This record gives sequence, C-alpha cells and structure tokens, in this order.
Amino acid sequence: MSNQIIEVKNIGKKYNIAHQRGKYIALRDVLTNILKSPFHFLVKKTKAIAGLASKEEFWALKNVSFTVERGEVIGIIGRNGAGKSTLLKILSQITPPTEGEIILNGRVGSLLEVGTGFHPELTGRENIFLNGAILGMTRKEIARKFDQIVEFSGVEKFLDTPVKYYSSGMSVRLAFSVAAHLEPDILIIDEVLAVGDAEFQKKCLGKMDEITKKEGRTVLFVSHNIDAVKSLCTKTMLLDKGEIKIFGPTEKVVEYYFNKINTLNSITTYDEEKNNDAQINKISILNSQERPAAQIGINEPFYIEVEYEIKNPIGQAVLSLEIYSITGELLLFTTENDKTGELRKYETGKYHARIVIPSFLFNVGNYYFNASVVNPNVEYFDLKRNINFEILNIDNNKNKILKGNNWGKIATMLDYSVKKIS
Amino acid sequence: MEQIIIKPKKIFSWNDFKEVWQYRELLYFFAWRELKVRYKQTAIGISWAIFQPFVTMVVFSIFFGGLIKVPSDNIPYPIFVYVGLLIWQFFSASLSDASNSMVANQPIITKVYFPRLILPISTIITKFVDFAVSALILVGMMFYYHFTLHLVGMLILPLLILISFTAALGGGLILAAINVKYRDVRYVLPFFIQLLLYVTPVIYPASIAGKYSWILAINPMTGVIKAAQAAILGNAPINWLLLLISFTICLVILGSGVYIFKKTERFFADIL
Repeated sequence: MSNQIIEVKNIGKKYNIAHQRGKYIALRDVLTNILKSPFHFLVKKTKAIAGLASKEEFWALKNVSFTVERGEVIGIIGRNGAGKSTLLKILSQITPPTEGEIILNGRVGSLLEVGTGFHPELTGRENIFLNGAILGMTRKEIARKFDQIVEFSGVEKFLDTPVKYYSSGMSVRLAFSVAAHLEPDILIIDEVLAVGDAEFQKKCLGKMDEITKKEGRTVLFVSHNIDAVKSLCTKTMLLDKGEIKIFGPTEKVVEYYFNKINTLNSITTYDEEKNNDAQINKISILNSQERPAAQIGINEPFYIEVEYEIKNPIGQAVLSLEIYSITGELLLFTTENDKTGELRKYETGKYHARIVIPSFLFNVGNYYFNASVVNPNVEYFDLKRNINFEILNIDNNKNKILKGNNWGKIATMLDYSVKKIS
Repeated sequence: MEQIIIKPKKIFSWNDFKEVWQYRELLYFFAWRELKVRYKQTAIGISWAIFQPFVTMVVFSIFFGGLIKVPSDNIPYPIFVYVGLLIWQFFSASLSDASNSMVANQPIITKVYFPRLILPISTIITKFVDFAVSALILVGMMFYYHFTLHLVGMLILPLLILISFTAALGGGLILAAINVKYRDVRYVLPFFIQLLLYVTPVIYPASIAGKYSWILAINPMTGVIKAAQAAILGNAPINWLLLLISFTICLVILGSGVYIFKKTERFFADIL
C-alpha cells in the first residue's frame, strides 16, 4: 500500500456570486422585484435562457492537485478568499467540489471551528458528549476519553454547570479539549488558535505538536498565525486566487509569502470579463499623499478609489464597500448613498469614486474589503473581492496606554468629558 | 483502511441511506439534546407538553362543542376533539420544526459533515416524546368517559403514528429545502399550518362534509385522524381504503421530499 493518505486531483469549486457570504434571497424581494419591474425581469430571464446573461459565478478553487503522505503536517496559508477555507470544507465533505476528485485513505476529523454545536443550556458534561458526537466520536470513545478531556480543559469544577454561565475562555478551552481528543487519521484544523488566552494557546500548540509528532497523525492546518505554521508544519502550501502558488518546505513558502506581501500591489486592475451591466475596472488604495500604498499609518486618512463602468442603465444601485477584519468579520458595510438613504439611478458611462477613510477608524492590523455595484439584498451587478490593506502603528497614543496591545478593531477616539464632582 | 472518495455529488445513491444508519448515534444525540434542553426544567417542560393540547381542547370544547354545537358523532366533544388534536399537534409541530431544522442548525451544518437527513428526523423523534406525554391525558379522559380501547385500536395506533411521521417528514424535507433558499418562508409557514387544521377533521367530524368528504380525503391527515377516532372512540368502522390512500399519498410526499432535499442538500453549506 502506498503511503499517500490524501490525493487531490484537479479540484475545482464554483460559487454563485449571489450565494457568497451568506447573502440569502428573500422570496419577498424576488416577488416584489418581479412586480416592480416585470420588464427588466423578463429581459433577464430571456437572457438567461439564451445564455447571454452575465455569469455571476466565480471559481473559489481551480485545478488544485496535491498529495500528502501519512504523518505529514501541512500548513495552508494565503490571503482571505484565496480558497483555504473552501479547500478544507471540501476535504471535510461539508460542501462538494464542482469538479475533480479526492481520495482519502482514512477517517477525516475536522475542527473548523471549536465549539460547534455547543448548547448553552446544557452542562459542560453534556456538551462534551454532544460535541464529541457531532465531531464524529462514538459514545464509547467519548466515555473512554472523558477524564482526559476534562483534565485538559481545566474546567472540572464547572462540569455540571450549564455552559451559558461559562466565560468565553472556558468554553473555548472545553471545546478545544474535545476536538483535540478526536482520533481521526486526518485532522483538519482551521484557525483554532485565534481564540483563547496566550497561555491556553501555548497549551493548544503543545497538544497539536504532540498529536502530530508523537502520534504521527496527518494534519492540515490553516492559519493566519504564520509563527504557528512555522513551528508546526513541515510543508506549507500557499494558495492564491484559488490556485496553489507554491507548495514545499515551510521555510521557503513563508519567505516567499512575506516577500509577496511586502511588494503587494495596492492597485488592482480587472480584465473586462463578462457582459455585466456594470464592470469594476480598477481599485486603488492611496495614502494621504495620494501615493499607492497597501500599508497605511493609523494616524493618516487614506483613500480607496474605484473606477467602474456602467454598460447598461441600472435602475437602482449603489457603489458599496464591505470591509472585513482578517478573521472574516464584517466590520463595515458602506455605500455611496448612506446619507440620503436612496439607491442611485445609474446611466451608462464611466465613473470614478473616491472614498475617504478617516484616520483612526480602523485599529492596527490587517483588513480586506470587497467593492461592488449592488442593489443590496437583490443583486450584485459587479463584485470584486479581497483587496487587502494593513493599518500600521504610527503615532498612536492609545497603544501606549494599552502597553503595546491593539485591542479591538475600531480605533475611533471618543470624547470623554470627565469632571471631578466632589 | 477506510477509503473515502470525494467527487462532485450525484443526487442519489444507496450509500446515503446507509450513511444515515451509520450516523444513528448522532441522530440519537440530536434528539437527546433537544429533549434535554426542553425538559431541563422538568416541571415546565412536561407541563408545557400537556398544557398546550389540553387548553386547546378546553377552548375548542367550550366554543365549538358548547356554544356552536359542532356535531361530534354523538361522542362527548372534549374527547372527540382531543383525539384529533393529539395527532394533529404531533403532525403540525413535526412539520414546522422539521422545516426549520436546517436553518436552526446552520452553525453545525457549515462546520461539520454528517448526513443532513438526520436533522429533520431527529426533530420529529423529539416531537414524538411530546406526543407520548400528552397522550397520558387521553388515557385519563378515556377513563373518565368510560371508553375502552379495542385490540384493533391498540394495533392500529402505531401505524397511524407511522403515517403521520411519514407525512411530516416528507413535507418537512420539502419545506426545509425551500427554507434554506428563501429564508422568509418560515414566517408564512405557521399561517399555512393553521389553515391546514381547518381542512382536517379535527374540530368537526368528517361526516359533516357529506358528499364532499372526498375533498378532505386528499389531505393525508384526514385518513389518519378519522382512523384514530374510529379506533379509539368507535364512532365509525375504520375506513381501510381511506387509510390506504392516506398512506400512499404520504409515501409519495416522503419520496418527493427526500428527492428535493437531496437535490438541494449539496448546496446547503454554501447558501447557509
């Protein structure tokens, strides 16, 4: 028998843009849209049937092939939207690939987010069983490892307390302990270490080290924590725009990654692709001196510029930005007409928009955004994803107060009027 | 060594059903979770399961039985309506909770793999426990009104529950799939379930419809509830033909439910 435990052949995953980021469709909106502009709807439908409609799809993964040997620990890194999570989701069978084939020689356990299925009303003890079952352990297995799990989590005293009374740190610890005691042949881990206090993180890393080195299990590890990847993984894969950019020894890949980030272009241009009603051609990030830069000091305002073209008149749309933290949390959904509250009637032509991001809005750290011409909740006319920028710690007094920490994502300074009243 | 092959998904394969069996322990855990949470505060949990059909029965008896004098085939109205309500509530609660099961468990579905079918199934199992609890009242009422259960009645009850289960699961699967796609459907659902109650002979006997009673027969729950009334109350012989029709319709619903559910299942994690 060969020693290959994972064999991925030409995997591709296609998404419908409308389905991205959990923007679901409301039947009500669909119906009112049809009633409001039946003509537009008819035109769209006929276009769709004739195959002329704008294809609102994009490939989250394309032509991904690789093999993993038994006992290897593979790191997967890349920018947000590079396809890391999609790859893990396919490997753990949460979502099927659109094309290609994967052969796994062993049981897969995934740990895509700790605490999946924790129920706040149930006690710690009950949640251990429930969570274990959800992660694929049998009742016997859980019972056998119960003591180990409890001991590792360090919440013995609160075992019979409902989890809703736990601090977030405690529930994360409990959840990780359950997951860490899974014994699949292939363990898939996504961003576990983004949570928990420093001490527990260390413990987790130690546990993962033990899992991989002593027990010789195969692990796929996705993280933004490059240090963790460096210390755990023998080989690393860099994904970019759904394709494998480089796959090899961790040192080499990480070095490549950092070089790439540093020269990261702050101007992104897009080829004209589809017969969309709207087309975003160029997105630039400019610093306060109006020079292109993807790294901006927290003390200066900066600009996001979007050049776009409206090819067919659009009845109702706005230009909009969705700004996310690096962990994928939507921080700000902003549109050009937030002040008036009305959608714009767009005529054909070329447009240029400049959005001012004030200084001290976002805290020090990495962010990314999507730009779109959109009728929110109804339709994307064009959507460009995952433009990164980084806010640097420059001339930041708050940072001094917080002793070098950058807590929170928003850095806005609020006015405090503090008076001594007695 | 176990080998798993992941490929673009086909709609159906026998493996899917085998898999549900393999995951039966998780099915049990989901049902257990729901029951545990509900019956956590034991007093409130159990009394709610009893309270709901009981109060409905009292209100219906006062208004429909007492004031409007809806006929009930010469059977005391309270027990007549309670038999129907018991089964109806099992059906309607199962249907509505099964339809919401996908959306309600979104965090798990998007993070972990397991055959999605077990979610609606486990939901209905929980409803069965409620059913059993509220059936206790029926036993009390039967003593009070001096009804005795015939052997046939005893034997037919599990069958009736099975049919209701089939109907609720089938309908629930269809609705669950729609619910994932159009998230506002769940707001109109209670309304339709409420409407459905009025075209089911729960508050009135099917005989009231006279020559139009065949219309009621399209509704699979009609056959079930009529048979339950016949078996427990003996107001009419059990209509086996009607029951067979009901069962067939339910199987068709279940079949299409499974089909629609499996067809959309592969997109669940993407849409949710």
